[in-house]
Amino acid sequence: MHTSGVRGPFDLPGALKDAGLVAGIVVLLTLGLVGFRVQDISSGPALVTRFDDVAAAAVLAFAGRLGIALLRAQRPLPVLVAALACAIGLTLVLSHSALAESSGLAQQILPFASPVVNWTIALAAWVLGARAAWLLWHAASPLDAQAREAREARMDRLGARVQDWARYVGPLLLGIAVVLPFLPWIDRRLLDIAILVVTYIMLGWGLNIVVGLAGLLDLGYVAFYAVGAYSYALLALHFDLGFWICLPFAGIMAAFAGILLGFPVLRLRGDYLAIVTLGFGEIVRIILLNWYTFTKGPDGLSGVPRPTFFGLPFSANPPEGEASFHSFFGLEYSPLDRIVFLYYLILGLALLTNLFTLRIRKLPVGRAWEALREDEIACRSLGVHPRNTKLTAFAIGAMFGGFGGSFFATRQGFISPESFTFIESAIILAIVVLGGMGSQIGIVFAAILLIGLPEVFRELNQYRMLAFGLAMVAIMVWRPRGLLAHREPTVRLSGAPRSAAAPAQETRA
Amino acid sequence: MGYFLQQLINGLTLGMIYGLIAIGYTMVYGIIGMINFAHGEIFMIGAFLSIITFLALGLVGVGWVPLALLIVLVATMLLTSVYGWALERVAYRPLRNSPRLAALITAIGMSIFLQNYVQLLQGARNKPLQPVVTGGMRFLEGGEFAVSFSFLQMLIILLTLGLMAGFTLLINRTAFGRAQRACQQDLGMSALVGIDVDRTISLTFVTGASLAAVAGLMFLLNYGVIDFYIGFLAGVKAFTAAVLGGIGSVPGAMLGGLLIGLIEAFWSAYFSVEYKDVAAFAILVLVLIFRPTGLLGKPDVEKV
Repeated sequence: MHTSGVRGPFDLPGALKDAGLVAGIVVLLTLGLVGFRVQDISSGPALVTRFDDVAAAAVLAFAGRLGIALLRAQRPLPVLVAALACAIGLTLVLSHSALAESSGLAQQILPFASPVVNWTIALAAWVLGARAAWLLWHAASPLDAQAREAREARMDRLGARVQDWARYVGPLLLGIAVVLPFLPWIDRRLLDIAILVVTYIMLGWGLNIVVGLAGLLDLGYVAFYAVGAYSYALLALHFDLGFWICLPFAGIMAAFAGILLGFPVLRLRGDYLAIVTLGFGEIVRIILLNWYTFTKGPDGLSGVPRPTFFGLPFSANPPEGEASFHSFFGLEYSPLDRIVFLYYLILGLALLTNLFTLRIRKLPVGRAWEALREDEIACRSLGVHPRNTKLTAFAIGAMFGGFGGSFFATRQGFISPESFTFIESAIILAIVVLGGMGSQIGIVFAAILLIGLPEVFRELNQYRMLAFGLAMVAIMVWRPRGLLAHREPTVRLSGAPRSAAAPAQETRA
Repeated sequence: MGYFLQQLINGLTLGMIYGLIAIGYTMVYGIIGMINFAHGEIFMIGAFLSIITFLALGLVGVGWVPLALLIVLVATMLLTSVYGWALERVAYRPLRNSPRLAALITAIGMSIFLQNYVQLLQGARNKPLQPVVTGGMRFLEGGEFAVSFSFLQMLIILLTLGLMAGFTLLINRTAFGRAQRACQQDLGMSALVGIDVDRTISLTFVTGASLAAVAGLMFLLNYGVIDFYIGFLAGVKAFTAAVLGGIGSVPGAMLGGLLIGLIEAFWSAYFSVEYKDVAAFAILVLVLIFRPTGLLGKPDVEKV
């Protein structure tokens, strides 16, 4: 691939025309929605114009496109100079924004009003500059098709290796997860994020049974999550049952919901199934929203009981004559105790899901799921009943969703239909697919990436979901089969070689 | 009788809007076999561009309603179709030969992105617009329920019928239409006989987006208020309509849209308003169980 370092002729007018075209499209895209803003004032809606933002976007698009064209044609030097000048200038102005603002410099130099967008542009300039520098050094284009294929193959090998290492990486991650609450720099906020991430890992593993193993595209997984949460909340509020009794009930309820939905629709294929499950998720949410006498509708259910440690509550002042967790064990009361307990609770549930998945893949039913995913007709001719087999996968996936839901209810203490919108299903599905379908460890990384990172950067509040959507697109365009996509056959004929390279070869075609 | 007639008119108007969005779904599904999940957001962007154009025209001082409507219609269709084009170019084209699930995830990602993009730029509160087209006709004044058929509803129905006629001509008579139908049958074969497949797919997205833009404009005029979240539900219902009519079939999408609109109107009138969305989804499930290819769809034969 180092042969591509030869400098071809550079078509400057062509590149300028192309960059101009891109800038024109950016103008058309931004003219309406960026150029005007509908402002609500007392006398009705009014327009505010921001044409300077449109102009800035167009100029940046022009410069960026031209820079990429130059890089493709092996001319990194001008790009390096321009990009570094931009990057250093922007970074300096942005990091001394208070000073620059007072002198009126900021308004003249910064392309946009929002600092987040400006920082993003500075970052892009740094990346472009780094690319150019790398090119100067190595004299090989990172952008051509050959390099892209080489990168794909590299990532495939990495995926295979991570799968191979899973038996070492897994316990290592598990070790980190177990000692996490006792690490010195862990505070309440980080622990809350960890709980959230592990919750999504568990849901991802649960959905993986349906999507990854059985190959059924489920866009309404959140419905089972909701069924689990409401089952626990309603049972606990009406019958005064504890968390540990309700947990299996919630799982069973969710599994029943799965069977109820699955029975009529599981003979549909692919996208149809996806859209019906999406509809089902919405139906569940609408019913929760409107059946006021049963679910309290949009007001939600509050006062959902907290979990207890074998009957010992985590409260500072337990009722007279009863012990609480800290008094029973003679510890100092700490509000963190409950959070740590919740963390271990969800970690335990997640590990249960994982263990279950790993073991069931070796059972006939698990093998039947994977076989069905690959070829339904072949399965039918071999005597596997497609609907019943899919139904088990659906029900079991739903059951784990239900467990996750009752954990959610007990953690929040309050649930309302608002927590169970389609976006949740989309996020869980994104975790499964981005991680590389069927890869248990990939789901862990995807959940950390998609849930953990945005939570850490909560200050970027309003840009969070924007970046989330963009990241989903970018990762998929970059690695269409998922970050760590690599599938080892679960069962092999005795004596068959363990090859790491073969699957990568075959799936790239 | 009067009440029934009124619901029929309301349902037809609603159905026209769903039908226009459904065409975009059905065409894209027919040509590249993916659910363009972000199509609902394209509709929403169309609605936002409409309200912006209306307000901008107000600033410039174009007061004559038919002229304003015409300018808004053209501007919205043009600008929204650029979004449709860019969506395909950026998010779907690189994934054309990838697993279908990848394309679906990108589509969901794009949908989330576009929703937040609009929310960020235009704010999360709903945007109201004063009624532009007012007045109407009233029937059965003497009966217990007077039926009103507003000029706006007439405009929506007539405009949709006109667009449908134009669109049918486009698909049946023009070179692009021929290429589009050929690509629906077989992408690889079309490329072999010299059809520019990339261009055809791009144009498919552009046409779908411009029809969705018209639907957005109609939604804005009909309800008078929009927010950044309208794309999701309308999109899902329009997809339901496309499936109901038989996905891949353009007349089917229109028929499905009309049926969904009528079902929704009658359900809210005679049963309950709260569960009108449940009705649409329940119909979808029933259709898929008893007639999985939809009303006008061709049965697809599975080969081993």
